[in-house]
Amino acid sequence: MTNEALQNLISDWIPDLEFTEEESQFLNITVTPENLHQLMTELKNNSETKFDYLFCLSGVDWQPELGVVYHLESTTHRHMVVVKVKTDDRENPTLDTVCDIWKTAEFHEREVFDFFGIKFNNHPNLKRLFLTEDWEGYPLRKDYEDEINMVIK
Amino acid sequence: METTAVKSNFKSEEYFINMGPQHPATHGVLRLLLTIDGEIIKKVEPDLGYIHRSIEKMCERDSYQQIVHLTDRMDYLSSHINNEAVCLTVENALQLEIPDRVKVIRTILSELTRIASHCLWWGVMGMDVGALTTYFYGFRDREMINDIFEETCGARLTMNYNIPGGLMFDIHPNFVKRTKEFIAHFKTKLPEYDTLLTGNVIFQKRTKGVGILTKEDAISFGASGPVGRGSGYSCDVRKHHPYSAYDRITFNEALKTEGDTFARYQVRIQEMWEAISIIEQLIDNIPDGEHKVATNAVIKLPKGEFYQKVETARGELGVYIISTGTKNPYRLKFRSPGFSNLSLLNHIAVGGKIGDLVASMATLDLVIPDIDR
Repeated sequence: MTNEALQNLISDWIPDLEFTEEESQFLNITVTPENLHQLMTELKNNSETKFDYLFCLSGVDWQPELGVVYHLESTTHRHMVVVKVKTDDRENPTLDTVCDIWKTAEFHEREVFDFFGIKFNNHPNLKRLFLTEDWEGYPLRKDYEDEINMVIK
Repeated sequence: METTAVKSNFKSEEYFINMGPQHPATHGVLRLLLTIDGEIIKKVEPDLGYIHRSIEKMCERDSYQQIVHLTDRMDYLSSHINNEAVCLTVENALQLEIPDRVKVIRTILSELTRIASHCLWWGVMGMDVGALTTYFYGFRDREMINDIFEETCGARLTMNYNIPGGLMFDIHPNFVKRTKEFIAHFKTKLPEYDTLLTGNVIFQKRTKGVGILTKEDAISFGASGPVGRGSGYSCDVRKHHPYSAYDRITFNEALKTEGDTFARYQVRIQEMWEAISIIEQLIDNIPDGEHKVATNAVIKLPKGEFYQKVETARGELGVYIISTGTKNPYRLKFRSPGFSNLSLLNHIAVGGKIGDLVASMATLDLVIPDIDR
């Protein structure tokens, strides 16, 4: 399916989605945290979209927002789409998990929690993956500082 | 009747056992926390981070030329392909026209890397299930590839041969001759692999029907490379999103539908034959021309987001760059194949024995620095 057709189809499901193809090779959809899980379920299960392969899940610190970028591909239709979700809350950022939709998300979300401190509702095993339990702060955030271990220019 | 009732009520105590971080079968510093009942595995929980270097954070302060060097240290057995992934992302972002010569040389070297990686995997796979001889056979053939790399790139493991815009220098005059010698040698040696291990009854009993992964689960867990293809999931990036010279050659995607350890083993053996065929198609037809195009000394990517996927020996490596137009990436994410493949280990190991876990883990072909980026 072309990006245009995808946009026409998906925009009917949920109001207030933002679509853009600027500065990216994919169709980008920005969704609010409240609608994230509903959109993702529909993208996976709808027979016309059928995005069954979550190939990349990245946490991003956009300053001031924190968020997650999901790269999706359909193994039957071979089209791709990018979903972005952002939250303003830096103290206690919380998003819904998608690991009930794609099992690979369980590990990737733990990585995002470890490095960005984003909590995922309903995640079965949300704890630090790489760092130790007593580690302070979230290293991949832009405002993280560690004077001993980081080379500061 | 009574005895079956007793048996079903009988429950031994569950307990934990540590596997690693210094266990030979984990191929590096990976710690697995096993919950077992007798010898039956109830749960496998990987504990990561023993060699995490935070490459993604380091990339945010480095220039694009420097980032290429860091990627060698992720999946060190596919270092050439990792370099290529970053270079392709930068070249696509700058919309550079890459000479045909570079594309062909990169493809040949990628396939040599794949053979070298699979040779090592095959040697270690045999050793994991108790066949020590395979190790020496695998390393004998891998040594010839390392020699080719040493002559052309100056290094045996961390090649750093790709730069944004092409290759660091042109190939060595002996490259074509030595590659042909290797192919001729390897074609006579690869059948030995089958004689020694594939047909071995003990080996087959250890691997057939063990660690079964269905196609649906493979997709859901984000499996890629030989792990996905062993389950009948067509996921070869070289076929679906061709890059470099993969669009001008014919090759078959190795696919097996059984989804067990033996199927993943067979896929990798088949991939070595395909790699030989790819190199044979290209080695006599390396186009003349420049080995690189000029780029600015300071590379600045335009503002935007760029994604490139390539097929390493382990599966799909993705490079995701968010650029704000400066000389460093704002955010760089490596989607590493080993990380997703490791996440399905619990799924395929539960219900099996510890020996089965070792066999399944061998065909996931984990490289720990690739997981602990």
